[in-house]
Amino acid sequence: MMVELIYDSSAVKKPVLVSVALEEGVLMNIIEAEVGAREGRIVVEIDDELADRVVTKFESHGVRVRKLIGTIEKGEACLDCGACISVCPVNVFRKDESERVIAETEKCVRCRICIEVCPVNALSLQE
Amino acid sequence: MKSVDEINEKIRNGSVSVVTAIEMKEIVEELGPEKAAKEVDVVTTGTFGAMCSSGVFFNFGHSDPPIKMQRVWLNDVEAYTGVAAVDAYLGVTQLSETLGMEYGGGHVIEDLLRGKEVELRAIAYGTDCYPRKEIVTEISLDDVNQATMINPRNAYQRYRAATNSSERILRTYMGTLLPNFGNVTYAGVGELSPLNNDPEYRTIGIGTRIFLGGAVGYVIGEGTQHSPPFGTLMVRGNLKEMNAEYMRAATFPGYGTTMFVGIGIPIPILDAEMAKATGVRDEEIETVIIDFGVPRRDRPVLRNVTYAELRSGSVEINGEDVRVSPLSSYRMSGKIAAELKKMIESGKFFLSMPAERIPAKETFRSMKQRDIKVVKSVMTSPAITVSPGITIADASRLLIENGINHLPVVDSAGRLVGIVTSWDIARAVAMKRAETVGDIMTRKVITAFPDDPIEIAARKMDVNNISALPVVNSRGEVIGIVSSEDLSKLLAR
Ligand code: SF4
Ligand code: SF4
Repeated sequence: MMVELIYDSSAVKKPVLVSVALEEGVLMNIIEAEVGAREGRIVVEIDDELADRVVTKFESHGVRVRKLIGTIEKGEACLDCGACISVCPVNVFRKDESERVIAETEKCVRCRICIEVCPVNALSLQE
Repeated sequence: MKSVDEINEKIRNGSVSVVTAIEMKEIVEELGPEKAAKEVDVVTTGTFGAMCSSGVFFNFGHSDPPIKMQRVWLNDVEAYTGVAAVDAYLGVTQLSETLGMEYGGGHVIEDLLRGKEVELRAIAYGTDCYPRKEIVTEISLDDVNQATMINPRNAYQRYRAATNSSERILRTYMGTLLPNFGNVTYAGVGELSPLNNDPEYRTIGIGTRIFLGGAVGYVIGEGTQHSPPFGTLMVRGNLKEMNAEYMRAATFPGYGTTMFVGIGIPIPILDAEMAKATGVRDEEIETVIIDFGVPRRDRPVLRNVTYAELRSGSVEINGEDVRVSPLSSYRMSGKIAAELKKMIESGKFFLSMPAERIPAKETFRSMKQRDIKVVKSVMTSPAITVSPGITIADASRLLIENGINHLPVVDSAGRLVGIVTSWDIARAVAMKRAETVGDIMTRKVITAFPDDPIEIAARKMDVNNISALPVVNSRGEVIGIVSSEDLSKLLAR
C-alpha cells in the first residue's frame, strides 16, 4: 500500500522514517520525497498487512498520514498512441491484440510521469 | 493488368474486392503476388499520428464596414494573414498567447469540428477600401466561407526513431525521452502506412483521392522535405466535412501543440507488382535510431532498426533492452483503413490515378547558414582556475581582482574537478564553516566543448539556470570559460 507522510516543522527535523523502519522492522520503498525547511512530504510503499501498525507508529511521532488508494485512470480521450508505455517505471501500460492501450492500474506507484507524457491529457491521478 | 476505370466500374456495380493493408499481407503470403492481384482490386492503408505540418486556410467573409486583417487571432491563437483581406492560415503548432502550450492551432481546429464557437479578433491599419481597424466576434465552422485544410507535410513514409544518451529528461517532438537511453520512441505505422505500400509512388501522386480526417481529400503534391524512402505528401481537404474523431489536437509536453491527423489512401492493385508492394512487411521497413542527447542537426545514428523490432516493444541499445513507445496510433490507423474499405465497398468512394507523379528520388538540403559560431571563438581563454586546496579568502580575492564570478577548480594536471561561484564564496564567508575551496565547490560541473555551437552552450545555461560554463577538451582539461554575457552579445534572445 502507498501512504503519504506529511511532516510539519517539528517532525521534519527528526529521522522519523528511519526510526519507524527500525522499530517496526519493516521495509519501506520510498516513491516520492519532497522535504522543505518547514514541512515535508514522503510517499512510501509498505506491505499491506503491516500498513495499519506502521501508520499508527508514524502518527505517534507526530506525522500526518494519508493512505493513497487511487491509481492511474485512463479516460475516454485516449488515442491508443502508446506514448505512455515506455515511460512508466512499473509497466502499467501495454497493448492488447486489438492495438488498444490498456492500463493494469493496480500496479501503479503514482509517480505521475505518464500524466505529463500523454499528448491528450487522458491520464489522471486522484489526489 | 487492371485499370483504375475498371476498378471504379466494379465499385459502381458492387463487385469490387477491397481488403485492408493488414489483410493483404496474409493474402500475398498465401497466394503470391500474381494470384493476389487477380483476387484483390483495392488495398486500403491508414495512418494516424501527430502531423505538425498541418493547418487550415479560412475565408471569414467581410464585415461591415470591411476590414483588411493585418493580424488575426482565433481563441488567442494567431493565424497568418499575409494574403487577401479576410483570408488567413491557421497552423496547428501555433500556440495560444494566453494559454501557451496547453492550447494551440490544433485545438482551435478540433473545437471548430466539435461545433464550438471560437473568438475571432483582428486588427488592421485601415484603408480607403477597408476602413475598419479592429473587430471582435464569435465564429463557428458554419459561419466561415471556406475552411480548407492544406497540410504541407503529412503521412511520413517512415521516420527516425529517437532515444536520449544525456543525463537529462528531454521533451521533444518525439515525445518524452528518458535519460541514459531510458526509452525509445518512434512514429509511423510501418506496413500499414500509405507510402510504404506504394514505394515507387505509381498510384499515389498529384490528384490521388484520399481519406483525410473523415472526409474525402486529395494529394496535391509531394510534401516538404520529401526524400524517398522518407517520402511525404502534401494534402488538401474540406474541414467542414471532417470528423473530430480523426482530427485530434495534442500537446507534446515541453515541445508544443500539434494535431493527430487521420489519413487513409486506397491503392489500386493494377498488377502483380502492386500486389507485391502491398504485401510489404514491417521486417522489411528500415529506419534508424538517433540520439537526441546530442542537440545538433546531424544527430548521431545509434543503429539501424526495422519497424518489426520497434513494434515488438523493446530494442537493444548497447547490449541492453530498452522499452519502445509508438507515437502513432495503430488502432486508429487500422480503423481508418477499415473505414475507407467500407466507403469503397458501399460505392461512396471512387479511386483516381495521379494527374502527375511525385518524385521517387530526392534528397533534402539543410538550411544554408552563414556559419556556425562555436564556443571556442567566444570563450575567455585561458580561464583563471584554482586548485582545491586554496583558501576561501584567496579565492575571494581572485574573484574581486579579476572582476569575475566563476572559478573552475582543477587538479594538478589541469583537469576540471569542480567550480565555485562568487555566491558560493560569499555564503562560505558568512557561514564561517569552510576553509578551502575544495570544501564548498560544486563537483558536478556542467561544461561545454570548444566545438559546441554557441546556441547549445546557451541552452545548457538556460536549462540549468547558470551563467557560465568551463570549456574542457576531450581530456577534461579546462581550456577556457564561456559566460552568458559572452553569448548574449552574439545571440538575439
Ligand atoms: S499516452 Fe495518452 S493517448 Fe497515448 S495511449 Fe497513453 S493514455 Fe492513451
Ligand atoms: S503514475 Fe507512474 S506508475 Fe502510475 S501508471 Fe503513471 S507512470 Fe506508471
